[in-house]
Amino acid sequence: MNAFTIHQGLCATLSRDDVDTDQIIPKQFLKRTDRNDYGDACFFAWRYDENGQPRPDFELNEPIYRGATILIAGRNFGCGSSREHAVWALAGMGFAVVIAPSFADIFTANSLQNGLLPVRLESVSVSRLRERAARGGYHITVDLQRQEVRDDDGLVATFAVDPFGRDCLLSGRDPIAMALSESDAIGAFESRRPDWLPHTDGPGIV
Amino acid sequence: MNQYSQSAVPRTAYQKIWESHAVSGDPRSRALIYIDLHLVHEVTSPQAFAGLRSEHRSVRRPDLTLAVMDHTVPTWERSRPTPDLVAAEQLRQLADNCRAAAVPLLDLHHQRQGIVHVIGPELGLIQPGMTVVCGDSHTSTLGAFGALAFGIGTSEVEQVLASQCLWQAPVPTLEIRVEGELPLGVTAKDMALAIIGRVGVAGAQGTVVEYTGSAIRSLSMEGRLTVCNLTIEAGARAGLISPDETTVEYLRGRAGSRSGRDFDRAAQAWLDFATEDGARFDRTVVLQAAELVPHVTWGTNPGMVAAVTGHVPRVRDFASEAEREQAARALDYMGLQEGTAIEEIFIDRVFIGSCTNGRLEDLRAAAAIAAGGRVNPRVRAMVVPGSQAVKRAAEAEGLNRIFTAAGFEWREPGCSMCLGMNPDVLAPGERCASTSNRNFEGRQGAGGRTHLVSPPMAAAAALHGHFVDVRTLQPAPLAGGAEAAT
Repeated sequence: MNAFTIHQGLCATLSRDDVDTDQIIPKQFLKRTDRNDYGDACFFAWRYDENGQPRPDFELNEPIYRGATILIAGRNFGCGSSREHAVWALAGMGFAVVIAPSFADIFTANSLQNGLLPVRLESVSVSRLRERAARGGYHITVDLQRQEVRDDDGLVATFAVDPFGRDCLLSGRDPIAMALSESDAIGAFESRRPDWLPHTDGPGIV
Repeated sequence: MNQYSQSAVPRTAYQKIWESHAVSGDPRSRALIYIDLHLVHEVTSPQAFAGLRSEHRSVRRPDLTLAVMDHTVPTWERSRPTPDLVAAEQLRQLADNCRAAAVPLLDLHHQRQGIVHVIGPELGLIQPGMTVVCGDSHTSTLGAFGALAFGIGTSEVEQVLASQCLWQAPVPTLEIRVEGELPLGVTAKDMALAIIGRVGVAGAQGTVVEYTGSAIRSLSMEGRLTVCNLTIEAGARAGLISPDETTVEYLRGRAGSRSGRDFDRAAQAWLDFATEDGARFDRTVVLQAAELVPHVTWGTNPGMVAAVTGHVPRVRDFASEAEREQAARALDYMGLQEGTAIEEIFIDRVFIGSCTNGRLEDLRAAAAIAAGGRVNPRVRAMVVPGSQAVKRAAEAEGLNRIFTAAGFEWREPGCSMCLGMNPDVLAPGERCASTSNRNFEGRQGAGGRTHLVSPPMAAAAALHGHFVDVRTLQPAPLAGGAEAAT
């Protein structure tokens, strides 16, 4: 897992609520079998016109946001499909942090697994960040250790984050290795499982 | 007496499942939870298997894992290889991965192939008290059995393949109680759309939903699956219905269930997972079934719903600036005028199928409306059974002949036009009455416009070319019993 401690970067805004993962990465890009190079497909239908040219009316195409690594988003960001490709696409487009009033549950889990930090702030704070970001050239610091967002003009906002996800990000520890280190406990649990539970290699299944 | 009935504080089904699956860690904050069944499909698994290989890890419990091909499979011509080479490669990788790891696979030509959330119940693999995951958000469907079932991303798929466990935190519970009796012509789908409209697309975020009340109890297992399927569209990862006699009877005789006295023993264990009287939920929402009507979505998320007798809303009627902007954007995408009567919206396509509404009962309800009618000449309508078992059962009842005689296409099972990863897609600007679960922009094809409805509403729209109130129509009596597909 990619470690995350502190990040400084340029903010870009996407001022709409309920952005679903179908918009972040449309289904035609889900047939590939690797984790890389989804950045160009991120927000595909909103970002490009029928001829593959950038749509000038799409916020993230504005030149002031070029090189942005922090996305200021709306409520319920990442709702819908569980596709982790959405996180790979946002990371591929250059984002390291998404700040929003709320995130969909599966998107949050997927983000934490990939070192893309979902920062949940109160709507008022998100609005303040959005206003400043919209002027362009707005850089902030996102500090996971202190669970704080700061800018150069004295803005400080603290955020909550899942403690387990935070520990994994700060330490770069792999949740799978952590699970496998419990293999004795897993084995003991398995020996206690009720015998009525089904098996997929049983008769009449495959 | 089991450990739960001795507990002083009455517990919910969710609490019982959670506590009985904690392998290690602290069940009050973060625990390693054992997964009883892991379902796998072609789209969200290749990177997980690749991750295992690169770390020299293996699949811990192939016997608790089942894979199926459903998302990209063609629903028309299957005797020749699919011309979509990228999709074909993804399917090939699933087959290779399953073979190498000894994971059972229902491939394209298997007699049990179907949509992942449809085949699990048919096989009796989803039982009360279980934990079930799949790299697919609509895994919430399976909570209908009183199981804790939820969607995960590919990294978590890898975690479950490797360890059969997941790191999870307990979450608050939301009770959605529906009391009374559903009126004629109003289905489980309408109930679910009404719930999302009421709660909102983020309203259940961070919770596990439990559906309760007499209207929920009266639903068949298939109706319960529809309701739980749409839980994710209200933002909750999981929704469940406490197990009862309906659950037990559905599971009797299924391949995954025990038989004879072992079945009775299992049934008792299942019922012990039911939510106890007096158990407390963190929040409760109550709806009255008698007030529910057939619903049609007008916008670009499943919370944007209207009664079939209603109108497309006016932007100015929304309370906040953010909502007005969102509504205006949705109407623009959908090509709809404010104030248009829902029954005056004309459609080009009809899709009946999906993990939401692709089961036998759904096809019966649609066929009862289609019988003796004729699909409007301006409309192309397709019926995609949720599984090969559903298809066989429907054909045994003659539903396929009713559909084809009326001008519907009768196709092979798969996810199909619910998400358009196979050739079944809308053309830009095409408008579809769909029994699926998401009306997001481009979901059924770039530029396509989706209206979510129940199966009978979709069938009625196919015949008339526009939405009509199915309560004003006379469904045909069909032959066939109430048994679900086996």
